[in-house]
Amino acid sequence: MADIKNEVKFSDAAMADIQRYISHYPEGRQKSAILPILHIAQAEFGGWVSPEVMDKVAEILNIQPIEVYEVATFYTMFNLKPVGKHVLEVCRTGPCCLRGADQLIDMLKEKLGVEEGGTSADGMFTLKPVECLASCGTGPMLQVREKFYENLDTEERVDAFLDMMRKSEVETPYHVAAYKK
Amino acid sequence: MGLKILTEHINVPGIETIDVYRKHGGYKSVEKALKMMSPEQVVVEVKTSGLRGRGGAGFPTGMKWSFLAKPEGVPRYLVCNADESEPGTFKDRWFMERNPHALVEGMITSSYALGANTSYIYIRGELMFILRILEKAIAEAYAAGLLGKNILGSGYDLDLHVAPGGGAYICGEETALLESLEGKRGNPRNKPPFPAVKGLFACPTVVNNVETIASVPWIVNNTGAEYAKVGIGRSTGTKLISASGNINNPGVYEIDLGVPVEEFIYSDEYCGGIWKGRKLKAVVPGGSSVPILPADLILKTAAGEQRLMSYESLSDGGFVSGSMLGSGAFIVFDDQQCIVRNTWNYSRFYHHESCGQCSPCREGTGWMEKVLHRIEYGHGHQQDIDLLVSVAKQIEGNTICPLGDAAAWPVAAAIRHFRDEFEWHIKYPREATAPGAVYQGQLATVSA
Repeated sequence: MADIKNEVKFSDAAMADIQRYISHYPEGRQKSAILPILHIAQAEFGGWVSPEVMDKVAEILNIQPIEVYEVATFYTMFNLKPVGKHVLEVCRTGPCCLRGADQLIDMLKEKLGVEEGGTSADGMFTLKPVECLASCGTGPMLQVREKFYENLDTEERVDAFLDMMRKSEVETPYHVAAYKK
Repeated sequence: MGLKILTEHINVPGIETIDVYRKHGGYKSVEKALKMMSPEQVVVEVKTSGLRGRGGAGFPTGMKWSFLAKPEGVPRYLVCNADESEPGTFKDRWFMERNPHALVEGMITSSYALGANTSYIYIRGELMFILRILEKAIAEAYAAGLLGKNILGSGYDLDLHVAPGGGAYICGEETALLESLEGKRGNPRNKPPFPAVKGLFACPTVVNNVETIASVPWIVNNTGAEYAKVGIGRSTGTKLISASGNINNPGVYEIDLGVPVEEFIYSDEYCGGIWKGRKLKAVVPGGSSVPILPADLILKTAAGEQRLMSYESLSDGGFVSGSMLGSGAFIVFDDQQCIVRNTWNYSRFYHHESCGQCSPCREGTGWMEKVLHRIEYGHGHQQDIDLLVSVAKQIEGNTICPLGDAAAWPVAAAIRHFRDEFEWHIKYPREATAPGAVYQGQLATVSA
């Protein structure tokens, strides 16, 4: 296998954004920018952060790789394994459950043929139940990348949502994919 | 009904742009504070206003500001806590999405009062779309000379940045937030030292909630004394309430503190009553961490007085018969909801979100979740209820940060007020686990 590390290359647009975040912090505190950089990395490299990507982040910030690993493993938004094209982050917390979140999760499991955390056979969807997304008045709801999809309380709405997602392309904030897994 | 301090212009088309925002009086407080007031005078106005932290703790903001240490030659920071993650709370997201400049204005005026030259808005990572809205507003403010060097010719400099989190409830705790902002795991710090002395990058720091900071411009424009006239008693001003659960009109409402709870639930101006023609069973009035109250105790205090939407009235009776206003997340349960299932759900949340630093919380939250899970799924033991009470008691007060308390309180309160329902699940597991089964308050008449 080729040395994959050499292939981890951020797009110019992403690199510019990374430098902008680093510039927000005082001299010597560049590590503060680790979370925004991990978000950028995840968007750039197929929706997850591989060890190679994390090593690259460490290199950019001039810190030890372990400092990136320990952060990436603490925060739930970073996927440490490959995921489907669209990661459905479904709120499973109390207020959404009062409005049908359990039923939404069951429906998605059945329609996609997956368990929680699993990816559909066609590689299209990963089902990832998450905790409260601050959208309690419009539950049940889920998030895909930077968008909320709310009031998914009937089968028709869920079907329409899945149809739409099947047809939609992945958009990174920069509309470029510099690296494919 | 009352005065709209935060939401007066929230539905104006284009209010998210600086031109429209300024046309409606936006950024006046920056001009007034920077040109006509000293930083100390701004602090005095905020103190006079009686404004209390809107993130959940309700600590007086002016007092928090006056604790800020001011050693020579050391930078000071203002950090806005936009890590809104308390289940049931969505007011800050709602507000920032619609009126981002109001937060930016509050940050400038407040930073000036505190003598900060760099400030940050720490926003939960899930809200990346709000981060982009805020960054756009900030860029507009820089272009208008309201941020950057020598703002409006006053000689005051301020840089304002937005920083995303990565998905962790604990980062709403202010010292965990600071750790996260420094690029580390969100483990809360031991206190003292408090952030006011040693906060971000070991410098004096104030951390305030979005709604708190967004209230400052009105106070500066209209004086603290005017603000203090709104509300009731020590609950001054207005409050954004996130209303969710089984109601007809979920959403965010700005209320004068002091509105009766009954009016808030049933009036068409607010929640619009319980959905599907059902009856009110219970309310969690201040976010998942605060004690749940059954219908009778949320509408009236134990002494029979009308319960009001205020810090004092909602906590009347302590934890025996009261609760807390908290973050203003008002979660309503209809009579078809299962309290055991909901309590298990909350316990799973706290177990998932415990940072793992303190043993009582790390082990206790998992233990409570496990016990509640077996009760909910029909495998509970008679002694489980007392076990839960005992575990909750051992977590409470024994951890570095309040997440331990937040995990313990909902369990203790659910058992305090709905013990029968837990017993029903344990004594009649078959009935309790039947699809759609809900305890109807007839423990004795159900046959095993």
